[in-house]
Amino acid sequence: MTQPFPFSAIVGQQDMKLAMILTAIDPSIGGVLVFGDRGTGKSTAVRALAALLPPITQIESCPVNSENRSDCPDWAQLGSDKSVKRPTPVVDLPLGATEDRVVGALDIERALTRGEKAFEPGLLARANRGYLYIDEVNLLEDHIVDLLLDVAQSGENVVEREGLSIRHPARFVLVGSGNPEEGELRPQLLDRFGLSVEVKSPTDIKERVEVIRRRQSYETETAAFMKRWRAADTRLRKNILAGRAALNSTKTPDQTLIDCAELCVALGSDGLRGELTLLKAARALAAFEGSGEVSRAHLRQAAPMALRHRLRRDPLDEAGSSTRVARTVSELFGAFHTAAE
Amino acid sequence: MTDSPGIDGAWARARLIATLMAVDPVGLGGLWLRARPGPVRERFLALLSGGPLPEKTLHPGITDTQLFGGVDLAATLSAGTLTHTSGLLAKPAFLRMTMAERCTPGLAARLSRVLDAGQHCVLAIDEGAEAEERPPEALTERLGLFLHLDDMAHSGTDDAPLDHALIEIARARLARAKLDETGERALVELAAHCGIGSFRPPLIAIAAARAIGALFGRIRPLPEDIQLAAELVFAHRATAFEDPAQPAPPPLRDEGPDPEGDPDGARDIETEIPDEILAAAVASALPREVLKMLAEGRGTRRAAGSGAGATRRGNRRGRPLPSRPGKLDGHARIDLVATLRVAAPWQSVRASAAPDRTGLHIRPADIRLKVFAETSDRLLIFAVDASGSAAVARLAEAKGAIELLLSEAYARRDHVALVAFRGTAAELLLPPTRSLVQTKRRLSALPGGGGTPLASGLTTAMQVSITAQKRGMSPTLILLTDGRANIALDGSVNRDQAAGDATKIAKTLRRLGHAALVIDTGNRPQPGLQTLAATLDAPYVPLPRADAHRLSAAISSTLDG
Repeated sequence: MTQPFPFSAIVGQQDMKLAMILTAIDPSIGGVLVFGDRGTGKSTAVRALAALLPPITQIESCPVNSENRSDCPDWAQLGSDKSVKRPTPVVDLPLGATEDRVVGALDIERALTRGEKAFEPGLLARANRGYLYIDEVNLLEDHIVDLLLDVAQSGENVVEREGLSIRHPARFVLVGSGNPEEGELRPQLLDRFGLSVEVKSPTDIKERVEVIRRRQSYETETAAFMKRWRAADTRLRKNILAGRAALNSTKTPDQTLIDCAELCVALGSDGLRGELTLLKAARALAAFEGSGEVSRAHLRQAAPMALRHRLRRDPLDEAGSSTRVARTVSELFGAFHTAAE
Repeated sequence: MTDSPGIDGAWARARLIATLMAVDPVGLGGLWLRARPGPVRERFLALLSGGPLPEKTLHPGITDTQLFGGVDLAATLSAGTLTHTSGLLAKPAFLRMTMAERCTPGLAARLSRVLDAGQHCVLAIDEGAEAEERPPEALTERLGLFLHLDDMAHSGTDDAPLDHALIEIARARLARAKLDETGERALVELAAHCGIGSFRPPLIAIAAARAIGALFGRIRPLPEDIQLAAELVFAHRATAFEDPAQPAPPPLRDEGPDPEGDPDGARDIETEIPDEILAAAVASALPREVLKMLAEGRGTRRAAGSGAGATRRGNRRGRPLPSRPGKLDGHARIDLVATLRVAAPWQSVRASAAPDRTGLHIRPADIRLKVFAETSDRLLIFAVDASGSAAVARLAEAKGAIELLLSEAYARRDHVALVAFRGTAAELLLPPTRSLVQTKRRLSALPGGGGTPLASGLTTAMQVSITAQKRGMSPTLILLTDGRANIALDGSVNRDQAAGDATKIAKTLRRLGHAALVIDTGNRPQPGLQTLAATLDAPYVPLPRADAHRLSAAISSTLDG
């Protein structure tokens, strides 16, 4: 497919779209986990978002998409060091990918045929400065998951094997999707995802028809369809860029910090990562909306996606985690009434 | 369609499917063909050949290099220059996958990505015998059509070839074919009716309607084309008519994902075909047994899926073992030192044989692969006494304990299975799974009451345990009962025989070396159960009036200690 589906043309799925936009504004939020039914546009949204983002400037032959010549890893044999613009990379990590393919390995062919010790970069190198998309992340093999955790946290891929000692930057936004009916995700991995959203197929017939119609016209009259949505996508891109620029100047009042802490204590979320992510997500949201300051309304909107996967699971509580977060938020901040939401 | 008299209606349907696959292979995504080998299947496969796309065959064990291309190591080593191979997927193709029921989730994920790119078409030939033996859902979801051939008699088929001239005309017409908005809406609504949440089926159904219309010489598909498309695409995916024992309830929109809070929404829009008629047509499009088979197998996929009887590749790295010779297939890792060690003694001989080559002389036969001994996942099999004597409250505790253990278990990567025994027989309520969602659902449906067929319970648990062991898991049996076995294996009410049968099974379990744990939930500890525990060589834990938390704590400490 040459042109991905336009992001603005995705019907509904507001939570998922917002979560993805927030990670685009502040990649340090740490990725999105999308859990839900098949065929609800999860992978479409990831690809659409990457296409929406402005292209990155990189050294043409750099295996890790570095922006400057000085950032290119020393093991890379650079062909040309021209600066080129490339679309934000989206790398698929398929199930059953081997460790070698993910982290990179000794280039066996070169080692055996030419006797050279060379490194063949893996998927993590290609995903640097972009998105790493894992469909069915809950079925991923454990040792690959451990690897990803390590790299996602440190932002650096260290390969020490087969006589190689190589490191390269691997900063990417991790987007995982899956269906909880087929297996749970380990709590350790769950916690590393900044935001988590649940998607459901819409039950409204009108909405469903609209989805099908847009998809049909995307497939049959691609050019006209893309043109129709270009303006909306451009507006969104501008908002995201403005959000990125405003991120550092967005103020966080002390009251917001206290609110964050109170909310996390009330929910009993493990560790401090919940608070940090909630704060980052709320700040990215404030920046996206151009509010200048993080308010309770932002916290309220960001709380479910930032906290729902960090609660201690109580198997006897029938209410889902989202409901528990929403309940606690309204208990703490009062009922849902602000106009800003 | 050459629908000559004397030909089975099912065969006409099969021929139509083959024809549609030739008309629009890419739009339909592919075909899930569930059929054991036999002459009927051969006839059908013969119909499928000669389509517009070149045919390629793949098998569940195919490697990434074969699929996507890569370096041909053997050729590279013998020629001394880098030689690439192109993969099966390099060009648009009609991919025939044999033994699709053994397709791994990894391969399904790769094929899904390929299918989403919209250039290929997959024919998954599924030879599964059991309902759970089937290709991963990620793949079947993307294959538009489904055909079940096992019940078809050879006499009801013919070997007349498809009309390829007609297909060519239909293909030419297809580019201009378009389904109007009413038709699109009808298909979308119908998908929702049938309990299909995903958006792929309606999109495929639209493609199918266009293909059917084109085949019958229409650019605008007619209502009957739409109906046929719905039958072909939705029937096997429908979840709303899932229980074939109960007739599909006519007021379908009271349940399933229909708009409830949307009174003025879609309902007032007239479609040319009433939904009820379409829904009924879809519901009757497949035989009941097939629907039942599909419903049973749905969602029972294993997290680390693999074919029956195969030794599973564990999912942990484990302790390294001595390396062995082998081919680099993209999964195994080369043991470089061992490879060089094998090649070393031959260097001078090989160098004199090929004096103009520099560097090391390595032949494909020198390559050694790393092998790891892998620790396997643990499976906790709960055999729960749901008889009348085990009070209803006790059952609730057992349920609670299982859920608690499961919530701990996913941190430890344990799997859980649940066998309940009551009345005259035992039932496997929950096949081995790691899904909390599924467990909750099955547990809440667990009924109580009746006799205590302890021996049946143990037998079922044993079967699960043997299967799990074959798949590379380490099973542990946890028996929760108050021990008053009163139903024998043959279903007769005979206390002595029941106890004898239970002891016999326990001995077999012990001989198989399966770990076990006996929890006595009776108010007073039962000496009979202590003996049974001794026979099983299992710890005996009396837990009168246990609550869910204590039960779970007891199990955890016994298992870990």
